[in-house]
Amino acid sequence: MDILQILITDSFWAAALRIATPLIFGVLGALICEKSGVLNLGIEGIFVAGAMAGWMAVWLGAGLWGGLVVAALVGGFFGLIHAILTVPLGLSQHVSGLGITMLATSLSYFSYRTALPQVSSPPRIEPFQPLDLPILSDLPFLGPVLFQQTAMTWLAIFMVALVWWVLERTPLGMAIRAVGDNPDAVDAQGLSVYGLRIGAIVAGSALMALGGAFLTMSAFDAFFFGMVNGRGWICIALVIFASWRPGKALLGAILFGAFDAFQVRLQTEVGAFVPSQVFLMAPYVLSIFALVIVARRAEYPRALLKPWFKGQRG
Amino acid sequence: MIRIEPRDAPSRILTIGVPVISAVFALLLAAVPLAFAGANILQAYGQMFNGIFGSMFAFTEMLTRATPLIFTGLAATLAFRAKLWNIGAEGQLYLGAMAAVAVGTGLIDAPAFILVPLILFVGAAAGAAGMAGPAYLKTRFGADEVVTTLLLNFVILIFLQMMLEGPLKDPMGLGWPQSAPIVDNGTLPQLMPRMRIHSGLIIALVAAVLAHIMLSKTVWGFKLRAVGENAAAALHAGIGVKRTLMGAAIVSGALAGLAGVSEVAGLKGYLTADLSPGFGFTGIVVAMLAGLSPIGVVISAIFIASVFVGADTMSRAMGVSSFLADLVVALSLISVLVGGFIARYRVTRVKAEAA
Repeated sequence: MDILQILITDSFWAAALRIATPLIFGVLGALICEKSGVLNLGIEGIFVAGAMAGWMAVWLGAGLWGGLVVAALVGGFFGLIHAILTVPLGLSQHVSGLGITMLATSLSYFSYRTALPQVSSPPRIEPFQPLDLPILSDLPFLGPVLFQQTAMTWLAIFMVALVWWVLERTPLGMAIRAVGDNPDAVDAQGLSVYGLRIGAIVAGSALMALGGAFLTMSAFDAFFFGMVNGRGWICIALVIFASWRPGKALLGAILFGAFDAFQVRLQTEVGAFVPSQVFLMAPYVLSIFALVIVARRAEYPRALLKPWFKGQRG
Repeated sequence: MIRIEPRDAPSRILTIGVPVISAVFALLLAAVPLAFAGANILQAYGQMFNGIFGSMFAFTEMLTRATPLIFTGLAATLAFRAKLWNIGAEGQLYLGAMAAVAVGTGLIDAPAFILVPLILFVGAAAGAAGMAGPAYLKTRFGADEVVTTLLLNFVILIFLQMMLEGPLKDPMGLGWPQSAPIVDNGTLPQLMPRMRIHSGLIIALVAAVLAHIMLSKTVWGFKLRAVGENAAAALHAGIGVKRTLMGAAIVSGALAGLAGVSEVAGLKGYLTADLSPGFGFTGIVVAMLAGLSPIGVVISAIFIASVFVGADTMSRAMGVSSFLADLVVALSLISVLVGGFIARYRVTRVKAEAA
C-alpha cells in the first residue's frame, strides 16, 4: 500500500483521535495550572493515579462514570498537595511536581499490589464501548472517525470547549489568566491569589487524572505498571507547543496522535528494514523537536514559576 | 492574620536537623501504608533494620546500593545549584553504561591500569554529551531543559533496547537482550572478598569531595552558584551565564554517566535494560535531602539506600509490596521540602489592622 494513502483512511484518523484523547485531558490540565502561574510536573504521577483509581473504582463496582469521578477526585487530591507546597509555601515548582509524581506513582503501585498481591494477569473491567449512534455512526469516514469513539473522547472535546469558554469568556477565567501574569494586580483588586491558584491547580490536576483514567477505562480494560509511559511529560511539551491556548492544545494533541498512528502503520510497511525502536523513539524525538522550534516565540505566562507571597511586593 | 516572613539566617542546627527530622518523619509515616497492608508494624521496622545492620553482607549491600545514588545525587546537586533542571540523569546513566560496555567488552585489550580509567572516561563523556545536548538547546534556542531531559530519558531507553538487540548484544547470551560481560581488566576491583561492594564507592566518595571543592573553593563554583541564585545579576556582573550553564551541564551529565559505569563495570558485569531501578530520579531526592551539598549527598544516599535495602528485606520477609520503598522516598522528598520551608521562614501572627 502506498504510504501516503494511509492518511486518507478512516481507521487512521480514528486511531489518531483515540491516541490524542488522554493527551487532550492532560494538556488542558497542565494548561490551566500554568495559566495560573504554576508548573505541575506532578502530571505523570497524576496520570498513573487516575488510571489506577478509576480502574479500581470500576473494578469494585462503582460504574464507569463513578470511576471517572473517583479518578478526578484522586487527581484533585494530589493537585491540592502540589498547590499547598507551591502556592502558600512558595516551594520550588519543579521539585514539588517531581515529588508529586513520585508520590502518586508509588502510592498507586503500592495500593494496586496490596489489593491484588499475586495476580499474574491483571483483572479486567468492562470499559467504555464505542458509541453506536443512529445514522451518525454509519456515516462514511466521519462515522468511524468521530461517532464510533468512546464517550470519553467526546468528553475530552467537550472539555476543550469548556476550558476555552471559562478561560476566555468568564470573569473567573480572566482572574485565572491575570493571576498567572500579574498576581500583584489581582491582589490589588481584592481577589485571593492563593485561592485562584490553588483552585486552578486542583481543577487542572483532576483533568489530568481523567487522561490517566482513559487508559484503563477506555483504551484498555486493565491496569499495568508503566502504562503511562511518559504521556504526562509529552503534555507538558504540548502546552508550550500550543502557546497555552485550548484550541491549539486540541490541534497539537491530534497532530501528535496522527503522528503516532502513522508511525505504527509505517512500521508494518518498512519494519523489515528499520528497527522497530526507531519508530518507538519518534514521538519523543518529535516532541523535543517541536519544542525547540516554538521555544523562542513561546509567550510564557509572565508569573509562571514565580512564587508570590501575600504582603510582599515582588 | 497569619504572616510568613523569612528568618534572618537559618541556623546550623536547622540546616542539618531539618533533613534528618524529615527523613525520620517519612520513615515513620510508612507505618500508615504498612498498617493498610495488614503488617505487624514493629516487626516490619525490625526487619528493615535487620536488612541493613543484620550482617556484614547486608551492610555492604546497602553501601553498594548507595554508590550509584551518590553519583546521581551529585549530578542533581551540581545542576540544581545552577538552576539547571537536569531531570535526565536516568538516561545519562544508561549512556555511560553503554559507552562502558562498548569499550570494555573486548574492543580494546589493555592492562587494567589503562582500561579502567578509559572506561570511566568514556562513560563520563557519554553522560556529559547526554546533558550537553539539552543545555545547548536551552542556551541556543531557549528550549526548556525540564521537558527535553525528561523526554530524552525515553529516547535513550529505547535506544538502549535497540543496542542490546543489535550491536551490543552478547552473541553468547542465548538470545537475551544483554551485552557481553566487561572483560576482567576493565572491571572495577572488589573491596571485600565474597561481598558485592566494589571500588565504585571509592570513586563516588572522591567525586563528592571534588564536587565540594569545585563548588565551594573555586571561581567556577562561585560562578555556578551566582548563576543559580540570580542569572540576571550574574550576567550583569560579567559572568558568562551560558558558558557556566554549559559547564554545569557537562559535569552533571558526566557524574550521571559514572553512575552507569560504576553499576555495569563494578556490580553487574554486563548491561541489561533494567540496570537502574530509577537511580536517576532517586538522585533528585538524594540531592534535595542533602540540601544540595555534595558532602551531604553521601549521607542522604546512604539513608535512601538503607530505605531500599531495608524495605526489600522487609517485603520479602513479610509479604508487603516493595513499592513501599519508593513511597518512603517520595515522602522524604515532600517532608524535606516542607521542612526546608519551616527552617527558612517563620509564621508569625500579626494584628489584622497591621496587615
